[in-house]
Amino acid sequence: MELLNSIKKTMGGEAKLAQVVTEIKVEATKEIKSVANKIKLGHVHLSGCTGCLVSMADNNLGLIKILDDYADLVYGLTLADVRHIPEMDVALVEGSVCLQDHESVEDIKETRRKSKIVVALGSCSSYGNITRFSRGGQHNQPQHESFLPIGDLIDVDIYIPGCPPSPELIRNVAVMAYLLLEGNEDQKALAGKYLKPLMDLAKRGTSGCFCDLMTDVINQGLCMGCGTCAASCPVRAITLEFGKPQGERDLCIKCGSCYGACPRSFFNFDVMEEFENINEIIAGALK
Amino acid sequence: MIEDPYLGKYITCVSARSTDKEILKKAQDGGIATTLMVYALEQGIIDGTIVAGEGDRPWEPRPFVAMSREDILKARGTKYSISPQISWLKEATRSFGLDKVGVTGVCCQMQAVRKAQLYPINMRDVPGKVAFTVGLFCMENFPYKSLQTIVEDHAAQSLNSVKRMDIGKGKFWVYTERGNVTSLPIKATHKYEQPGCHVCLDYVSNLADISTGSVGSPDGWSTVFIRTKKGNEIWSKAVAAGLFETKPIEDVKPGLDLVTKLAKEKIDKNRKTVEERKTFGVNKALRDPYA
Repeated sequence: MELLNSIKKTMGGEAKLAQVVTEIKVEATKEIKSVANKIKLGHVHLSGCTGCLVSMADNNLGLIKILDDYADLVYGLTLADVRHIPEMDVALVEGSVCLQDHESVEDIKETRRKSKIVVALGSCSSYGNITRFSRGGQHNQPQHESFLPIGDLIDVDIYIPGCPPSPELIRNVAVMAYLLLEGNEDQKALAGKYLKPLMDLAKRGTSGCFCDLMTDVINQGLCMGCGTCAASCPVRAITLEFGKPQGERDLCIKCGSCYGACPRSFFNFDVMEEFENINEIIAGALK
Repeated sequence: MIEDPYLGKYITCVSARSTDKEILKKAQDGGIATTLMVYALEQGIIDGTIVAGEGDRPWEPRPFVAMSREDILKARGTKYSISPQISWLKEATRSFGLDKVGVTGVCCQMQAVRKAQLYPINMRDVPGKVAFTVGLFCMENFPYKSLQTIVEDHAAQSLNSVKRMDIGKGKFWVYTERGNVTSLPIKATHKYEQPGCHVCLDYVSNLADISTGSVGSPDGWSTVFIRTKKGNEIWSKAVAAGLFETKPIEDVKPGLDLVTKLAKEKIDKNRKTVEERKTFGVNKALRDPYA
């Protein structure tokens, strides 16, 4: 936490400590923001590229605010000086699990045992993503060959797909997880509604692919050619031909973003219709 | 704030027409979307906007990022085929370097924008950079080959010769450059609709900042719903700047009743479709996108 404190000082984050979030429609009072009620947040790093963590840090002052008022970072290889996985409210797990790496296998099991909510942060953790293409043979542990998304070894509560996941989605989930665990009844209800589709994604499965758009959207008669899938594809494998997605399947890294982003994978009207309020709530919470 | 089960949330609703003669020359109706986007661009509210321009084939729309008045004007008029506007949403913030992005599009595309803002899955920077959205009324859309079938087979006109298409008074109208006017009953076009439209539960772009369409207003005018704080601010300033003639929606014929009637028709029919999908097979359901 020393590092974060110094970041906070240099960025003038401390001056904002006393501010009360007045614009939150569902009011967060000062009491529930006291240190005692901060949630315990951890970042568990398995076989990933650290891009997800960088994305989390790309919330800039938003992250500092979250760590000031809503969450304590109790575990994180690069950011917290803690050796063993502690009890956590929310564990953000980055990367897939290498079956040949005993430590990783133990870490993910321990994470599940010690966390209330396990979040698969990013596509490697959710769907395997690029690590699906491993064939082993890499110096200096050539036997490290088999990589699985964490959902194949433990129950996962929430997916944040993306390669890397958007900073804004990580932020939204962090704020909503806080409201779910520490908020009042209204806040809990809102957070529950918001998080449900991401929980449903976690129940849906551990494989993501452009093919999902074919099997679960187009084949199901649901595609209306909005183009969202193409925008969400990190490798530009998707183009729209005559208004329908075509995937260059050799380019697809199996990150599952296109399906998650598609308005016809999930669309919860009760949340979406409140977009103006929710955007204000999140902006207010991070002010 | 008015909350209507079919027309969504809105602050006010008016009938309006652009005062810009150049825009009106090729606008579908009142030139609202084009005028608003040009105004937003000139005022620095947006740096650019995603619009439906011209594709390779006649009457094939293609989305592009317009960053000048000339470019926005290229997108005037309705093209009755699929233009995947949102495919440029992230690219607009990246390759195009826009900090304030405008989006014009139909109902489902407004839904896509809001989902990208609230659940930005691989949509980095998008949530904060969507600055202004104008949504269009939309009953259904046609794949390009469907449009070709309607115009070339049913209306017996070459797509190359068509000057304007319109849907109104129960008919699909085709106007050619040489003055021919052909129409066919809208009923005949239903089977060519894109299937994805049949589960759509929005008619008047409930999630846009401002939504607009011809229904409810007299010829040459548009019905305009002002929905969000941002939309309200931009609309008020644009009206004050003299960019629109407006009339209270209560004073025009056919008025809001027709909008409500059509919205109800579409949404009720599609709700029924969503219901029927649940028991489509024998003990097998089709996927419910809203579950």
